[in-house]
Amino acid sequence: MIEFDLVIVGVGGQGAILTSDIVGLAAVNSGVPVQASETHGMAQRGGSVENHVRIGLTYGSLIPKRQADCILGLEPAEALRAVDYLSSQGVIVVNTNPILPITALSGACEYPDVDMMINELRNYCKELVAVDANSIAKQAGHPLTANVVMIGALSKFIPLSVEALEESIRRLVPPKTVDVNIEAFRLGRLQ
Amino acid sequence: MSNNTISYLLGNHAIAQAISQCSTDVVAGYPGTPSSEIIEFLAAIKPDCHIEWSVNEKVAMEVAIGASWAGGRSVATMKHVGLNVASDPFMTLAYTGTRGGMIIISADDPGCHSSQNEQDNRRYAAFAQIPCLDPAVPQEAYDMVSYAFEFSEKFNMPVMLRPTTRVCHGKSGIKLRTSTPVHHEIGFKKIPSRWVMLPAHARLRHKDLINKQQEMAQELGSSKWNDLDIIEGAKIGIIASGVASVYTKECLEKLSIKASFLKISTYPPPVELIKELLGIVDKVLVIEEMEPIVEDVVRSISNSISNKEIEIHGKDIIPGYGELNVSIIASCMASSGFTENQKEADIVDKTSIELPNRPPVMCPGCPHRATYYAMKKAFGKDAIFPGDIGCYTLGVQMETMDTCLCMGASITTATGIYHAGETKPICCSIGDSTFLHTGIPGLLNAVYNNADITVAILDNRTTAMTGHQPHPGTGQTVTGDATYMVLLEDIAKSCGVQFVKVTDPFNIESTTEIFDKAKKHKGTSVVISKQECIITARRRGIKPTPFEVDIDKCNGCRMCIKFGCPAIQFTDAQVEGEKGYAHISNLCAGCGVCASICPFDAIKEVC
Repeated sequence: MIEFDLVIVGVGGQGAILTSDIVGLAAVNSGVPVQASETHGMAQRGGSVENHVRIGLTYGSLIPKRQADCILGLEPAEALRAVDYLSSQGVIVVNTNPILPITALSGACEYPDVDMMINELRNYCKELVAVDANSIAKQAGHPLTANVVMIGALSKFIPLSVEALEESIRRLVPPKTVDVNIEAFRLGRLQ
Repeated sequence: MSNNTISYLLGNHAIAQAISQCSTDVVAGYPGTPSSEIIEFLAAIKPDCHIEWSVNEKVAMEVAIGASWAGGRSVATMKHVGLNVASDPFMTLAYTGTRGGMIIISADDPGCHSSQNEQDNRRYAAFAQIPCLDPAVPQEAYDMVSYAFEFSEKFNMPVMLRPTTRVCHGKSGIKLRTSTPVHHEIGFKKIPSRWVMLPAHARLRHKDLINKQQEMAQELGSSKWNDLDIIEGAKIGIIASGVASVYTKECLEKLSIKASFLKISTYPPPVELIKELLGIVDKVLVIEEMEPIVEDVVRSISNSISNKEIEIHGKDIIPGYGELNVSIIASCMASSGFTENQKEADIVDKTSIELPNRPPVMCPGCPHRATYYAMKKAFGKDAIFPGDIGCYTLGVQMETMDTCLCMGASITTATGIYHAGETKPICCSIGDSTFLHTGIPGLLNAVYNNADITVAILDNRTTAMTGHQPHPGTGQTVTGDATYMVLLEDIAKSCGVQFVKVTDPFNIESTTEIFDKAKKHKGTSVVISKQECIITARRRGIKPTPFEVDIDKCNGCRMCIKFGCPAIQFTDAQVEGEKGYAHISNLCAGCGVCASICPFDAIKEVC
């Protein structure tokens, strides 16, 4: 069985749980075992969040350091924060739109330059896909579909079929938003 | 539910699903991460049973005990520290025992993901002599529920189910079994020797509790939750418990370590299996999160085996704090000679780019930020601000949260600080749900003992931090039924408080004025700062107009930035000598507090 360890990182409130659910449900519906781990509770109030999705694995849900096949970064600084999970043969798919933490907003510290972070990320992976998911989401029809754009960009790398992922999106997004999300997924695949 | 259905479920949802499939009659709990989703999911799927958010964990435990004594199957759910609150009934429940099957779910939080401590409640189970099940993965948590009910009914004992955060908030394909309705006769039977713990009865029940330990231990020991995998010729034995067992298994496989492996998920630990393992190995490593509970048992068994010297390791190698994972276990094993394969050892280069910390923050439009702003303005930054547990604990970022100990401790520690002779003004903070949980006795005590303190009740009309559960002040039950809406000001007045004021924190001026009056009041004063949580308000469809900065009027004074709202940003001057200016992002929730703070009248509603 193909094993694939995926780390999804982002900011609390950004929709990381729904994002990992779409991948996890697609795996289960494809008859592939999956163990996932989510961040709930306090960190969801705008803190760093980290979900692990282990496809084809029956052990625990936590991915060991230097073993992830992919980091899906819903935010660039968070992708860099989690980079020690990635195997040297791994892939990074990252949304280039920063979300400034309160520490940077208040001037207590500086948020690093996005291009610099993307370049740094390249040093850790075999392949990097930088996605301006917010713009593509608007193009798809709604800014809130950015994470589904990211799943589209991710879909080229994970051992799950496009059909299974699309079915999972249909099942999990609000019914009225299915079409715009499927469009977002397809635009994401073009990245 | 058809046989062999596989559903992708959160560990807590799997537990809830199992509860609903076991003909459970009563489920009671108090919200607390990582346990909250069990009752929420049950309320959503509406099985034919009574489900309640109780006022606190002690109450929940006693409600569940009552249901069991009446012959029903019951569950009490809580986070690990909730069992401290419920420990009084828990300890004596071990003496009385149960009638209908009863499960106590203690969701432990190694790593303090969302808790004030990381206590290991397997210790509580051992202390009370109550059997405990420690699932390794969500599927096991699901499967353990029906076993626990049957075990409880066989021995008339409650069973503790102790999932940790990784099980509660893990997700996997859960193989659901077919529901088989169980009939149990409901009707309280008067058996004073069982239910009335007078000393004469308690002494006998204690003896009875001790007498049945061995039989329970034997049954648990031979259950499928423990598993001994003997590798022919291996001189190393690895023992791992609960969630650590899956990390350990992965580690053994990756590092190709030749070792016999014992997985333990029941307490008291399986003595016979441990003896069997000790009989064939020379060296043992016990891997468990938190306390050395299995290790202590292994050492004591080893001491009783007189003809053999066995090298035993555990907490001398494995950390007794924080969560474990494959990387930690691998590097511990490498550094202590259990493997020579160092490649997995945790040598990881981090990026040299300095990343800004991203602590959790109060949301844009959070009423707590406004309350704290007014409180600090009235009391001054040198006042003492004892605090409590909830979203408002994030007030530590506004320097209005000087303490956080446990649920309800704000008013009581404030009282102690005052009576110790502290002369600075004291204003403590407590949320609405926390006040109802364990704040009321503290308030009554403060008034009774003449504490000159101010109590701010930050009433956001919900139990926000744990995911917006209703409470007695909201007029709604967990299942959405209408109920009596208790008024916090009535409770405060009934406790004897002479100064009770309700204020809307979004009105900074009047709220500051009220805090100022409360500060001057001699004796215990209460300020109820009442404004709905911005998240629940949004969900109800309330969308206030957002605000914007008129850059021409903005003086760059940063007053609004100091307010600490994530929607307000500052752009530094591009040309030397010019002023920078603030602007408001699309995160703005429209509370308008920044507009009333701005000394230059530069913040206005978006036209």
